[in-house]
Amino acid sequence: MTTGAVLMMIFGLSLTWGGAGVCIAIAIRKRDI
Amino acid sequence: MKREQWGSRSGFILSAVGSAIGLGNIWRFPYMAYDNGGGAFLIPYFFALLTAGIPILILEFGIGHKMKGSAPLAFARINKKWEWLGWWQLAISFVISIYYVVIIAWAFNYIWFSLFQSWGAETITFFTENFLGLTASPSEFAGFRMPIVGTVFIVWAINFLVLFSGVKKGIELSNKIFMPILILLLLVLLIRSVSLPGAAQGLELLFKPDFSRILDARVWVAAYGQIFFSLSIAFGIMICYSSYLPEKSDIVNNAFITGFVNCGFSLLSGITVFGIIGFMMHQSGGALPAKLSGVFLAFATLPEAVNQLPVMQTVVGVLFFLSLVCAGMSSEISISETVVSGIMDKFSLSRKKVVTGYCLVAGLLSLVFTTGSGLLILDIVDHFINNFNIVFAGLIEVILLGWFFSLRTVKDHMHPISDFNVGVWWNFCIKVLTPIVLGVTAVQNLIGDIRTPYGDYSLAALATLGWGVWGAAIGLSLILSTVKWKQPV
Repeated sequence: MTTGAVLMMIFGLSLTWGGAGVCIAIAIRKRDI
Repeated sequence: MKREQWGSRSGFILSAVGSAIGLGNIWRFPYMAYDNGGGAFLIPYFFALLTAGIPILILEFGIGHKMKGSAPLAFARINKKWEWLGWWQLAISFVISIYYVVIIAWAFNYIWFSLFQSWGAETITFFTENFLGLTASPSEFAGFRMPIVGTVFIVWAINFLVLFSGVKKGIELSNKIFMPILILLLLVLLIRSVSLPGAAQGLELLFKPDFSRILDARVWVAAYGQIFFSLSIAFGIMICYSSYLPEKSDIVNNAFITGFVNCGFSLLSGITVFGIIGFMMHQSGGALPAKLSGVFLAFATLPEAVNQLPVMQTVVGVLFFLSLVCAGMSSEISISETVVSGIMDKFSLSRKKVVTGYCLVAGLLSLVFTTGSGLLILDIVDHFINNFNIVFAGLIEVILLGWFFSLRTVKDHMHPISDFNVGVWWNFCIKVLTPIVLGVTAVQNLIGDIRTPYGDYSLAALATLGWGVWGAAIGLSLILSTVKWKQPV
């Protein structure tokens, strides 16, 4: 795989699962989930 | 009648995610990304998620929770003249539930076929001729396909049991089973896929960015379309689901979690599918498989890939089709519940009566799609539902709620109970950005279909199954909105 393809894959996975992780962490901190 | 409630916040989130994650995540998103600039597609895709997908999810969660009702009741409570829009969204859900169930039934059959690789070497021929008994035109039914009728019955039976058991003991419980299984299945398939020889070649196809495509307006319309179709918005589902939330429940953060997880799942599906496609290219000396999206990707290309696997052919086949069943069932349940909830609200009927009646009527109508022309009918109905009904219903929804209803009211309701607030960007997305993009998409779809009628179908078939269903859905909605409510609105 070229560097561009690897970077875009990492970008996509980080934004979606990273975003979900941050939001779930906020939910856990604020109240029960 | 006291409104049912979710048992926990995680139950609601899993159900909302289960509704959003459907067959389209597995067989539509990967091809859309590949065909629209590869990795570069992710930029308009995420922009669409943050400016349309999540804002509309927040709006629908907020409206459903504040108005405490299914789509018709929620819209009627905002403005009596808008009730028809809620019924239109329910009519869309009703039609989708009738044919979606048949695709899940095909996947059920294919779990069995996977055990013996019954599809043989010619997987397209097996799917269209041996399995579907596909005829030449939508009006040429050629009788029922009994193996499909049998599995359609099984899918409706599961749907019936879940809906009959109610929100907490049925829908929530089923999603707490389906969703972890689905994620687990996907992860197993993903690991197998990326460890196949040639997988990197497939991932290169999916993620290699062609940034010149970002300047192409069609790529942006495709990205907004993909987000819009994959989040279960504009057909009443999210309004219905959020109406079952307890009084003090988060709205905004739940919408963000649902949106992010749905898109994360799409990406993992893309990696799995294109890893397998890369393997097939490796086996064939570089030739791309003929079918890369839709039902043919699932029921012809994937079985062909299974044939070529060195080991674990049966396991991969069973897991793949089982994942289709799980993804489809959780969506089908939400689509059906939307209709059930609307009828219960309007006519003050018990869940048991409505679910029984609904499953009988919808189940009988599903049989049309189990005939030899089922795939052709499904193709036309699905095209018109996606391109006209959902797009236009979504456009009218954002215009009415954005411009003729105070978004401040929704914010005032959501902010005190949510984990975090939304700023003016949300108003801008709902009032300006989303209506423009949906408006362009709607006009483009309309002009496209008028200039070039869809597929190779006869005008009579398109008029009845396409334009006819669209007209009937709106007509029925207008009629239902004139019927008196059995409860005070």
